Amino acid sequence: MPSHDVLIIGAGLAGQRAALAAAQTGASVGVVSKVHPVRSHSVAAAGGINAALNPEDTWESHAFDTVKGSDFLGDQDAIEIMCREAPEEILWLEHAGVTFHRDDAGHLGTRAFGGASAARTYYVADITGQAILHVLYEQLLKHHEQLDRYEEWFTVDLLQDDDGHCTGAICRNLRDGHLEVFNAKAVILASGGAGQVYQPTTNGLIVTGDGIAQAYRIGARLQDMEMVQYHPTTLAGNGLLITEGARGEGAWLLNAEGERFMERYAPNKLELASRDVVSRAEQTEINEGRGFPDGTVALDITKVPRRRTLEALREIVNIGRDYAGVDITREPIHIRPGNHYIMGGVKTDTHGQTNVPGLYAAGEVACVSVHGANRLGANSLLDTLVFGRRAGEHAALNRARHTTMPLTRPARVEDTERYISSIIRREPGGRRIAAIKEELGEIMNRYVAVFRDAEGLATAHETIRRLKEEAAKAAVDDRGAVFNQDVIAAIELGYMLEVAESTIVAAEARKESRVAQYRLDFPDRNDGEWLKHIDLSRRCSTSS
Amino acid sequence: MAQTHRSVAPLLDIELIELDRAACCGAGVIAEHNSVLDAILKVKADTDGSIGVRCSCQQGICGSCGVRMNGKPGLACNTHLDEAARRGAGTGWNPPDEGQQQETVVTVEPMGNMPVIRDLIVDMDAVHWRKIHRVTPWLINKEPIPEREYIVPHDNMVDVTQTMACIQCGACVSDCLSMEVDPEFIGPAALSKAYRFVGDPRDAEHHERLKDLSEDEHGIYDCTHCFNCIDACPKGVDPMSQIMRLRRVAGSDFDIEDRNNGHRHERAFVKNIRKNGLLHEADLLPDSYGGKLDPHALPELLGSLPTIATALARRKITPKTALLHTHKAPKEVKALFDEVDGRETRNELNLYVTGYEDDPVHPPHTDEPTPLEPPGPTEAKDDRSEQTVGAADREPPAETSAPTVGAEDVPRAGAEDQEPPTSEEQE
Repeated sequence: MPSHDVLIIGAGLAGQRAALAAAQTGASVGVVSKVHPVRSHSVAAAGGINAALNPEDTWESHAFDTVKGSDFLGDQDAIEIMCREAPEEILWLEHAGVTFHRDDAGHLGTRAFGGASAARTYYVADITGQAILHVLYEQLLKHHEQLDRYEEWFTVDLLQDDDGHCTGAICRNLRDGHLEVFNAKAVILASGGAGQVYQPTTNGLIVTGDGIAQAYRIGARLQDMEMVQYHPTTLAGNGLLITEGARGEGAWLLNAEGERFMERYAPNKLELASRDVVSRAEQTEINEGRGFPDGTVALDITKVPRRRTLEALREIVNIGRDYAGVDITREPIHIRPGNHYIMGGVKTDTHGQTNVPGLYAAGEVACVSVHGANRLGANSLLDTLVFGRRAGEHAALNRARHTTMPLTRPARVEDTERYISSIIRREPGGRRIAAIKEELGEIMNRYVAVFRDAEGLATAHETIRRLKEEAAKAAVDDRGAVFNQDVIAAIELGYMLEVAESTIVAAEARKESRVAQYRLDFPDRNDGEWLKHIDLSRRCSTSS
Repeated sequence: MAQTHRSVAPLLDIELIELDRAACCGAGVIAEHNSVLDAILKVKADTDGSIGVRCSCQQGICGSCGVRMNGKPGLACNTHLDEAARRGAGTGWNPPDEGQQQETVVTVEPMGNMPVIRDLIVDMDAVHWRKIHRVTPWLINKEPIPEREYIVPHDNMVDVTQTMACIQCGACVSDCLSMEVDPEFIGPAALSKAYRFVGDPRDAEHHERLKDLSEDEHGIYDCTHCFNCIDACPKGVDPMSQIMRLRRVAGSDFDIEDRNNGHRHERAFVKNIRKNGLLHEADLLPDSYGGKLDPHALPELLGSLPTIATALARRKITPKTALLHTHKAPKEVKALFDEVDGRETRNELNLYVTGYEDDPVHPPHTDEPTPLEPPGPTEAKDDRSEQTVGAADREPPAETSAPTVGAEDVPRAGAEDQEPPTSEEQE
């Protein structure tokens, strides 16, 4: 039975940063991840990371942009912390070895990003997330004596003692299927968002809302779950992300008539208005018949000098070539708004603590809330790193040092074993897991997307209830122990349905429009009644 | 769309019947760009959920889905079915000759050189990650660590970003021929990782790293230039080129004479060609040990007798050709050598840094053409060497006319726009 002062679940940017911060204090740290850490979806973050590091820039300006971008729903104390600590975090990354872009003088160089009043986005070509994730993993390897890595271990249950404290987790080793209890004085959830609830999405297949559902099930509060971000530029068809960096570098958006339509919606910021503004503008163009027949508008990257594109947007060149057959340096590419990010998540304070003692959360799984109703581009990497570090430090110094190591009775594993074998023993004949997942994604994308209304939300809610019943009966093909991905898919489906329902419930409750939540039946922002978060917890749903 | 059937595990045969546009669009994929992974996931979803395959991002960045398709390694998610089919079963490295019928079966197998755990899932820890660990894969900071960022030339950062772009998918490891013969060979992925530090001016131990990798008999001189890794890499990392650059830096910049004789062997080749124009094998071996008259050469040559005997037996050399080699290097060869030697800095051709060869001088379609003048070579260099950490050690790759369009030149729509909160843009 492995025991650690701090157990971290998930090894993307938030998880790895938390692990390094906790290990720095001398705590014993375990990192559990259902995939190898460098496969975590942080790897797909392309554009960059914001910080007011330039002497002419100020954290206040960064904070102002973030508050404004969030449509004033973001918590300003948390935003202040994030923006103040951002420059230090960039320098820490630089010293750890991230190969940030340099200007001609050899200093860190920046690019412009949406919703920002200064070019403050630091980047590595358009593989910023990958570069940072791989460098953090280098650091994880460097500190291998203080850090135990459990790669390809799937967390099935969070553990709780009689007082409701979180005391660890039960995880399944994917390689041989055996279950293990991980005892911990503090648990940090860093298992990412829930993009797979929607289809299509820019998120990878592993992004299934595990942490959100696990925390919710043991009584943690969720916050801002109705706030789902649609990214303005995703590829028609499979929903792959075309980085905002493309517009940062100077690309234009055109409708089918060749008009640069953002001139009508945001005459000052044009393509670099905040994401919700651009997404809604595109969707309006498409809905009003000025889009292309495939339901898209065009992103014209030929406005960017070709050599610059090849240096700074190489990944997008590859995506255009491999997935759309388009040379983006020569012709426009068809795009549309697509599911990208959830602003909501497990509610935490600025140290990452949830309302469940001993349980922390950081990164996309958490909601601090620094993004409010809309996240600015290049603020999510920052969020993962600043609050990952803060959670790691706080869990190690304030929680683990004042807690004794919990001891879970071994019989607890048997409950989880029974649960897994009940999945394996399900009778065939019901719907296939993949079919349920596909319907879920389509329903969410149709009714809980850029535009919403009461009727659509009710339809979606009803569908989710039915899908939950079907999911409980969906049989698996694989009865083996080694890399049984089928059983994992069944468990993940349960998580996704839980997340979907919470999003719908919150969206139904908020009877106003505020950026990511645009209600056709309540088209105005209503600060009088709704300048507040919606919290959800297992037994009741209330607003606070 | 594609139908598949499962044959003897761990092989998965995907029979490509035809790409039915309507069916594919219904399934949410564009027909022409259906990937091998799309097909595998389709079978997994509809027919057999027990097929084991690692995958996540579906856009060629997470590195999970390295497999062999019709014999050639790559990412299942960014290899089109028709492209994989064109390779022909079992001859994946070469496109079929013109007129030859296209294969309709795509055979998907787990990657090579690594033990199979299940179906398409291989044990990367046992091979790939163990080798990554071997090269001390973290930055050893040059002291003192600056208060702010290290000042590093732009081109150096682009240069190491090429190896940073490695997604650790294992495709290069899968078909490394040297590793097939010598499983202990550190290999293309890990050596690329090593270059990521050797090429990084912020690292303090370039010499130690290179010494280590030169002296290790499974190190940089264990590569046989088969180009498989370059062909396999889905990200343009060019692992073999990184290995060759490690050799050049080790041998030419740090004068590391390794006990494997790798560096001397390379020098012997150059000398041999400069003199003869064509390779004179009988000189090559002695020259690799310092020349026929070098006292160290005799024991080394005696040790090589079995090799020499084999060469004689197979008539690769004859006593006559061994002693007499009348071919002399023509003027053109000498001119080439003189030109290369005449350069002040070594010419590191790196297309990752310089862009593609077919780049137009002026970019098309731009309203405001950005001046593409490369920084004046001497001016820029002086400018840098004063302020930089790394430039003093090694020159940045010489052939770098990479554009220097900083963020300053990019239109910044938001810069002058600091309006009060409730702007029209929030509707």
